[in-house]
Amino acid sequence: MRLSTAAFLVAGVCISQGAAAEWQLNLAPGATEISRSIYDLHMLIFYICVAIGVVVFGIMLWSIVHHRKSKGAQAAHFHENTLVEIIWTLIPFAILIAMALPASKTLIEMYDKRDGEVTIQITGYQWKWRYQYLNEDIDFFSSLSTPRAQINNEEDKGEHYLLEVDNPLVIPTGTKVRFLLTANDVIHSWWVPALAVKKDAIPGFINEAWAEVSDPGTYRGQCAELCGKDHGFMPIVVEALPADQYQQWLADAKAAKAADAAAADQELSLEQLMSRGEAVYNSQCAACHQANGSGIPGAFPALAGSPLIVDNRAAHLDIVINGKPGTAMQAFGKQLNAVDLAAVITYERNAWGNDLGDSVQPREIKALQP
Amino acid sequence: MLTQAVAHEHHHGPPPGLMRWVLTTNHKDIGTLYLVFSLVMFLTGGCMALVIRAELFQPGLQLVQPEFFNQMTTMHGLIMVFGAVMPAFVGLANWMIPMMVGAPDMALPRMNNWSFWILPFAFAMMLATLFMEGGAPNFGWTFYAPLSTTYAPPSVTFFIFAVHMMGISSIMGAINIIATILNLRAPGMTMMKLPLFAWTWLITAFLLIAVMPVLAGVVTMMLMDIHFGTSFFNAAGGGDPVLFQHIFWFFGHPEVYIMILPAFGIISHIIPTFARKRLFGYPSMVYATASIAFLSFIVWAHHMFTVGMPLAGELFFMFSTMLIAVPTGVKVFNWVATMYRGSMTFETPMLFALAFVVLFTIGGFSGLMLAIAPVDFQYHDTYFVVAHFHYVLVPGAIFSIMAATYYWLPKWTGNYYNEYLGKWHFWLSFVGVNITFFPMHFIGLAGMPRRIPDYALQFADFNMVASIGAFLFGLSQLLFVYNIIQCVRGGYGADSRVWEGAEGLEWTLPSPAPYHSFTTPPDLREQGGEH
Repeated sequence: MRLSTAAFLVAGVCISQGAAAEWQLNLAPGATEISRSIYDLHMLIFYICVAIGVVVFGIMLWSIVHHRKSKGAQAAHFHENTLVEIIWTLIPFAILIAMALPASKTLIEMYDKRDGEVTIQITGYQWKWRYQYLNEDIDFFSSLSTPRAQINNEEDKGEHYLLEVDNPLVIPTGTKVRFLLTANDVIHSWWVPALAVKKDAIPGFINEAWAEVSDPGTYRGQCAELCGKDHGFMPIVVEALPADQYQQWLADAKAAKAADAAAADQELSLEQLMSRGEAVYNSQCAACHQANGSGIPGAFPALAGSPLIVDNRAAHLDIVINGKPGTAMQAFGKQLNAVDLAAVITYERNAWGNDLGDSVQPREIKALQP
Repeated sequence: MLTQAVAHEHHHGPPPGLMRWVLTTNHKDIGTLYLVFSLVMFLTGGCMALVIRAELFQPGLQLVQPEFFNQMTTMHGLIMVFGAVMPAFVGLANWMIPMMVGAPDMALPRMNNWSFWILPFAFAMMLATLFMEGGAPNFGWTFYAPLSTTYAPPSVTFFIFAVHMMGISSIMGAINIIATILNLRAPGMTMMKLPLFAWTWLITAFLLIAVMPVLAGVVTMMLMDIHFGTSFFNAAGGGDPVLFQHIFWFFGHPEVYIMILPAFGIISHIIPTFARKRLFGYPSMVYATASIAFLSFIVWAHHMFTVGMPLAGELFFMFSTMLIAVPTGVKVFNWVATMYRGSMTFETPMLFALAFVVLFTIGGFSGLMLAIAPVDFQYHDTYFVVAHFHYVLVPGAIFSIMAATYYWLPKWTGNYYNEYLGKWHFWLSFVGVNITFFPMHFIGLAGMPRRIPDYALQFADFNMVASIGAFLFGLSQLLFVYNIIQCVRGGYGADSRVWEGAEGLEWTLPSPAPYHSFTTPPDLREQGGEH
């Protein structure tokens, strides 16, 4: 068995990947009517290409086998035939028209932009997604939940490695859900293959897309447009729930938001702030400034020993809350709640040898938040 | 008769030493400089590709961090496009076009020297960005704003200057080729007798002159946004990030054909030689090339189907893109008809040319699939696209350059290369290229986005296969380098015809070709319709 290269290859792959190994060769038909007609279109064009390939490569192979000098073949002298040229211009043209008709039909269906029953604004940030349910007062960020240790090969990789998030987008099934896409910094692209939705999220633009998911389930996708360092680490997870469960989820989400708002008025101890701050730091800040606060020289400044943090408390609060326009430093005042902001700023002021000993309370943040 | 006439010319060779190469205005010397430069860049860009494939061998981050990975993908693309493929074709044009049209040299020899010598400085500057604070450009070879402006590392300014210099070099090279072909043809060589390599290059040169200024314009707009407070591409200042993509691809799509039209010319020489039969449908080849060049200006937004164009725009760019299949198909059919009822032999150049026809056509098929806008929503920015453009560029453009090198090496050096090693090089490259790029179709369809340093587990198996193929392909290029060096050093001597079925003026000169090609123009007026 080991003598066979193929078997060796397969064995190597099995050892490294275990049960997760999967040799998917083709598009999946997906979970919406549009995604299935795209799949059919894909297969149609593919089979046409295969048929043309068989004819062209067949004639070529026939010539290679039979019209070779070593078999005594004498070269013919023909080198021009206008009729033949016209025929092999017109036939491909006809085939193209046969492809263009169903393609145009599907495209027109995709551009049916009549209002959906649920509208969600999706905003791309470096490197997370924000989902705002219009008219529902629900607004949250969704970022990668795969632990860094798995990415750095210090732990075994989970089943949904790199395709799992902390807060998935939840949508109802059997309902036309409309997506409005934009971006906060650079261009991103929101892609969920099973929904056949891939649309660029562009700063300054609002793009539209929609999906009507037929089957409940969890659908996974990724950012498709290079958006910087962690482009490969901003997945998308969509949970499609039946209408009643979706309503329940909406109610729960609103209740959780109210509870968070109440917590912002409490006084927290340095220890409480530090432990919460470390978690927030690792999910929101560590991608650029690194877990040890060292930053990346030339790209992302170090926080450990940073003069801005050590010497100027007000400037520290300002840059975290309002960001620094024109750089990757975002205005976190709009993204995180007051408790998380207070915690993460406190953490930055006391971790990695900064040891300033002061704490920042949520109340102080609330006064500064836009 | 012609050969004798040339042999009796007073033969003055080049001055010795290093300054020969710095000061040379000779088309063969400059052609050699271009080709050697291109080979060095090909190996450099190839090493970067191997860094990428090594990181992607397994899921997880093993060798490089994401920020360096992005620098590798960016530099790999830029170096291969602007440093390897384009200079290789200019080098081949420098060597072959004066010999093919019966000229003594290129029309503008001093400019020729300058257009080459800009390049090493441009690329030295671009490679130097790897050692700068913040690292090299990391925004992909398409450098979409605002990632390449507001969010770019400081080295982007050096990148912009390097692109300007490459553009100047390309424009000057193109002017020279046009001037040579239009003015220095031998008496009696009418345009419809022009060898196809010269024809395809003539059209390519016009494409270069048309689009290189557009590229220069877009990088200048970037420079203004970065340093002078404008907001061309900055939405916060009223600018338009999509405008960048329109301008870039108005350059970028013709650029794609700049990298493939000369290849069509090369293949149209090699197949008739080794099939010992005249090229089928010469006029239709010329018209097809011109049609492709025209269409290349009206299809650019098919790279942007997902930016949110209106329906009418999507339909227009879908239909115009599909149309390209017609002239491209005509070319493939003509090559097959040339082989049909020929008397074929399979020396290394022919093997590369045959692989070109098959694998480029496969790249054409995936191109047709990508043209279908609704389906492109699933393919766009995935490994399916990576598979597509590598099929047209590696076994397309690069195989044609290798085929041309083997085909004309005996003419350049006077020696045959080692055929046995050449065949090994071909078969290892052929197998390697397919193991590398074919599985990319699968992982793309399965949903893997491009330009990511780490991936979900379901893409692991084919990524591992692709990485193994990449190392096979990369290492087998060492055979190519060795074979060229050995051939330059010596070997079995070639006569002026070199190949039994070779036709054209370049084969009337002795091998190696004299330092000045045709000091007296050959007269073709007496001859018949042979091109």
